[in-house]
Amino acid sequence: MTVMELARALSLEPVCEAEPDREVTGGYTGDLLSWVMGRAQSGDAWITIMSNNNIIAVATLTDAALVILAEDVQPDPGVAELAERKGINLYRSPDSAFSLCGKVAALL
Amino acid sequence: MPAPLNFHFDIDGEDFSSAGEASVEMKKKLRQLGFPPDVIRRCSIAMYEGEINMVIHANGGSADVAVYPDKVVIVLEDHGPGIPNVELAMQEGYSTASEQIHNMGFGAGMGLPNMKRYTQSLEIETQVGVGTKLTMVVSV
Repeated sequence: MTVMELARALSLEPVCEAEPDREVTGGYTGDLLSWVMGRAQSGDAWITIMSNNNIIAVATLTDAALVILAEDVQPDPGVAELAERKGINLYRSPDSAFSLCGKVAALL
Repeated sequence: MPAPLNFHFDIDGEDFSSAGEASVEMKKKLRQLGFPPDVIRRCSIAMYEGEINMVIHANGGSADVAVYPDKVVIVLEDHGPGIPNVELAMQEGYSTASEQIHNMGFGAGMGLPNMKRYTQSLEIETQVGVGTKLTMVVSV
């Protein structure tokens, strides 16, 4: 399933659609960046409530397929532009992290 | 052994929001050089943790990456406060980071443990009040 297909299926709001045709192969959720860094896999949909610039570095380094900001979290100022520059797919959703995990797992 | 390719990065200690830039840059270079994804991943994690530590604790520092055909050697050096108790700092979950740092998603106490986990060797030279030098080797 591609990032765009997942985004449509979950009614995600795009913040930055840098590479919508990318394949999503798994999922991960977490907010402690070191934890995510060490465990998220390439191709994952990463669900988090962290909203600062550093999520873009973590998404880049883990090679996550997309980042989903859960619980209606707004990205901090400048995060959308940084995602654009680094080519990171970034979305947001009013759903809880728990709910999003269930939905992503069911779709993959 | 052939001469390595060397890359030098200065880690800015002032700008927390750009932390990780050097790791991202190194990742790009390793990818261009055609290293396997697993090697790139281990180098990226180890370097990112080091970079974040230098920004949190040491007001920045430097990273030197030497790339050999069979290994990547990452040397991180700072002139920060040093690590008073290395054994304690190596324990998962132990952190001296501030509340503000925790709120940004850091300070989980996973930095040094992650560096150890994802590298073949981690050597720590540290002196309180002088600084810290980490040498990590990732085998290809």
